[in-house]
Amino acid sequence: MPDLNELRNPELIHSLAARVRAMRVPPATLMEVCGTHTVAIARYGLRSALPEGVRLISGPGCPVCVTPQTQIDHFIALGRLPNVMLATFGDMLRVPGSERSLEQARAEGVEVLICYSPMDAVAAAERAPEREVIFFGIGFETTAPAVALAITEARRRGLRNFTVLAAHKLIPPALAALVASDLKVDGFICPGHVSVIIGSDAYRPTAARGKPCVVAGFEPADVLQAIYMLLQQVAEGRSEVEVEYSRVVHPEGNRKAQELIAQTFRIVDAGWRGIGVIPASGMDIAEEYADFDAARRFTVDLPPTKDPVGCRCGDVLRGAIEPHECPLFGTACTPAHPVGSCMVSSEGACQAHYRYRGVEEARGW
Amino acid sequence: MCLAIPMKVVSIEGPVAQVEESGVRREARVDFLEDLAVGDYVIVHAGIAIQRLDEEAAEETLKLLKEVFSARPERTPES
Repeated sequence: MPDLNELRNPELIHSLAARVRAMRVPPATLMEVCGTHTVAIARYGLRSALPEGVRLISGPGCPVCVTPQTQIDHFIALGRLPNVMLATFGDMLRVPGSERSLEQARAEGVEVLICYSPMDAVAAAERAPEREVIFFGIGFETTAPAVALAITEARRRGLRNFTVLAAHKLIPPALAALVASDLKVDGFICPGHVSVIIGSDAYRPTAARGKPCVVAGFEPADVLQAIYMLLQQVAEGRSEVEVEYSRVVHPEGNRKAQELIAQTFRIVDAGWRGIGVIPASGMDIAEEYADFDAARRFTVDLPPTKDPVGCRCGDVLRGAIEPHECPLFGTACTPAHPVGSCMVSSEGACQAHYRYRGVEEARGW
Repeated sequence: MCLAIPMKVVSIEGPVAQVEESGVRREARVDFLEDLAVGDYVIVHAGIAIQRLDEEAAEETLKLLKEVFSARPERTPES
């Protein structure tokens, strides 16, 4: 096994950064559509390696951030039903709903189990047959197979007390919506682990519309190499799908995972925080698995949806503004006292910009 | 949230494998991978192995990047 730590070797990063910075390219805006890339770029100060006139902006790549308030409200309301135990990935805990976050609801008595894997929630349901365990199915294509597997596993074990509130989102329709919008983007750094599942061929329609796509890994050398590949395409007037992260991403993706997703979920129109409804961009649970759908099994009243006043998370998620352009950034809104989801999530663009501010100057690749 | 890390398969029993990275051992479901063998590296997300790591491709990527590094004789220690 080659030593992948090499991809963080400062000497290597220096030479890759120098090569990127020396490129002669027309002014261009590149967008990363993955929260893990957002963090890598901020943490390693990679913006300091960009040539003059090239901008790097964040897109709707943080699943926690794009989950709309109504879905969080729905999940919290389910938690107030008698005998219910909520189960979720920890990332979701502090994300604000209309009136409160899960963490606040928990302080008020709602039981919330934090899971590393959706399988943990299945195990909890098996251990406590007298409880109703409801898992919050959030995440992109990377995470959907894990939730699909949990649902099929719960059926196999004959569990009747495990359900999922499914709020999954799909990346290609979001890219299509961004390309169709008035946003000026010249190329996409495509999410590595989403692409493990869907395959790099999924970006062909985006490339066909004149937006080059490069699927990137998550080490700093990966990201710099992907930026280099994208800028080469821009400079040469090409628009193709290329894969920098070839050690795990294949053109066809993971077929077995795709099959289970197709069996377990159905594609629906979905609301994205700050962006609105994007056609066919989400998944809830297929008819065949209706027994495992918390939205069908339980009826709850939802409060009216409220947006935080002054927060421009939506504009940040669309790449329309950078985090520091929001009037609340770093003053009324900080990681300790976040107002919007982009500051709450460790992979949100606002938190990444805030936490690693000054890194670019300090690194100065 | 789409974080996934390479881990080494140390044993497989049905759809469940024991995987290890830096001395940390975990259980991972391997339903989505065919012909997996002990010693393979997989990337694990939320307790699920979502792909096998292609060691040859990893080697190629490293080689390609290191060529950039060695092709820059003009670099100075502080560059």
